[in-house]
Amino acid sequence: MTTLYARELDHRALNEAIRGAGESVRITGCAGQRFIGAGMSGARIEIRGIPGNALGAYLNGAEITVEGNAQDAVGDTMNGGRIVVRGSIGDAAGYAMRGGEIFVRDNAGYRAGIHMKEYKEKIPVLVIGGRAGSFLGEYQAGGVIVVLGLHEDSRRIVGEFPCTGMHGGRMFLRGTCEGIAFPPQVTARAASREDTEAVRPYVETYAALFGKDARAILDAPFTVVTPDNANPYRRMYVEN
Amino acid sequence: MKLEGEVRIPSGCAIAAVIDRGGGRIPGTLTAEAMRPMRERSNGLGGGFAGYGIYPEYRDFYALHFFFDDRTARKDCEAFLKERFEIVKSELIPTRKIPTVTDEPVIWRYFVDPLKSVLAAEQVDEREFVVRTVMKINTERRGGYVFSSGKNMGAFKAVGYPEDVAEFYRLEEYAGYAWCAHGRYPTNTPGWWGGAHPFTLLDWSVVHNGEISSYDANRRWIEMFGYKCTLQTDTEVITYIMDYLLRRQGLTLEEAASVVAAPFWSSIESEADPGKREKLNYLRTVFASLLVTGPFSIILGFDGGLMALNDRLKLRSMVVGERGSRVYIASEEAAICAMDPEAGNIRYPAGGEPVIVTAKTEGGNR
Repeated sequence: MTTLYARELDHRALNEAIRGAGESVRITGCAGQRFIGAGMSGARIEIRGIPGNALGAYLNGAEITVEGNAQDAVGDTMNGGRIVVRGSIGDAAGYAMRGGEIFVRDNAGYRAGIHMKEYKEKIPVLVIGGRAGSFLGEYQAGGVIVVLGLHEDSRRIVGEFPCTGMHGGRMFLRGTCEGIAFPPQVTARAASREDTEAVRPYVETYAALFGKDARAILDAPFTVVTPDNANPYRRMYVEN
Repeated sequence: MKLEGEVRIPSGCAIAAVIDRGGGRIPGTLTAEAMRPMRERSNGLGGGFAGYGIYPEYRDFYALHFFFDDRTARKDCEAFLKERFEIVKSELIPTRKIPTVTDEPVIWRYFVDPLKSVLAAEQVDEREFVVRTVMKINTERRGGYVFSSGKNMGAFKAVGYPEDVAEFYRLEEYAGYAWCAHGRYPTNTPGWWGGAHPFTLLDWSVVHNGEISSYDANRRWIEMFGYKCTLQTDTEVITYIMDYLLRRQGLTLEEAASVVAAPFWSSIESEADPGKREKLNYLRTVFASLLVTGPFSIILGFDGGLMALNDRLKLRSMVVGERGSRVYIASEEAAICAMDPEAGNIRYPAGGEPVIVTAKTEGGNR
């Protein structure tokens, strides 16, 4: 494994060094450099310090692990691979994600998973261990968003206006979601046994990555949110 | 100096702040360190700082920082000042010649005390008198511009990257209990010296990342109360709104936050506490024209503290951390880490949720 000390490098120099470092690289002293691993496939990148915005943007198969928090726009338009954050992430994580997986141990900021989409076997997954901010899954068109609510403060599992404009994909929220207002075009219902089976692999991976007890996490009611039908906004603009 | 409207540079921003809750003195260069990892957020067309508690030996006097086009403009403004103030001290603000900051105006400061006779004649209190004087100079005096007018505080700003601006103004020679900093990336308005952040009035200072969609609605309303937006730069109006709400209307910081970043009507309706609901409803109705829409994250500096606030949709980033008696605020966590690698309790305030931190200061807070 190559180790890169990042403190004195700007984002361009750091990314060039990563690309030249072979299959496995550890970055230490990361100081907010943007676009780390952007578009990369087939590499493993471990980060100590604070990676800058757009970490793993357009990621195409590479694996990124952050030993701490990450900033805004993690996995923007990601196509494949995995991003693991052993901490919290800022706003707009997984924006327009179309493949791959993001696992966040703690909390996510505003607008996580907005505009996620899927096509055939390309089904993106965003798993948040703690809570998520407002506009979670806004305009979600595909993929899977899981929020586990393992945070310790008293805030709700999601902020305001979750699933606004959602027209595809699924969202799993751990708990009964009382008091959370979902828009009329989606259905939020208690998870069936089948739904619980569907969420199990994501929870198991989350538990394995962060040393948690999957069984204890799964031993709770889940709420599943899906759009009402294949085209819930059919009448909103034009007949189509 | 080219003014707004004469030039336009079509081209995000970085903000950072630190405060010592115990009133301990922090060197002026610390927030400049915060700007280094956020370099991409600026483009060299504006950088600035506001320091609080930096003039303890002149704490009873208003510190007026000026940009003058030339010596004649300074003589003219100085004659005007002498009609209204006792000038206790008058000096060039010390700067350092560096290749990255050029074309500087004449940068001067005066420590002044309003003349009691003029105060009595105009029948206004001291602070209102200072505000009126600043507005008069900035609108009527050609070539002179007041960019800082508080007590025991001061703004330092220029065209350049913020790290360079700190070097230019020799900020290592100042220490205060709180500092705000800004790196500018102008999107709609020119990068000129007066247009750099912070925007200040009395001891209020505002640094801002974002773009105010409601600027003109806000401006038209606030100009009814004697404020003059001379820079057509959106952030300026937030400073005047804060002065109006906090000083003239006597609102609390939390109340002022719920005016400029008012909750949605749907959120107000679903508020469980009837008293709180009625208050939010009142503030949003009475000060409807002071709702600031569009993306913003701001840090408001004031005598004795700081308030950080995001727009209600939280369209810009803001991170808060702390260690010991110090609290750090920045656009990015990497910036907090640059100020203090050991800072902890990292949190991300929600949209419209003010973070207010006050410091114990000598002589007490207002």
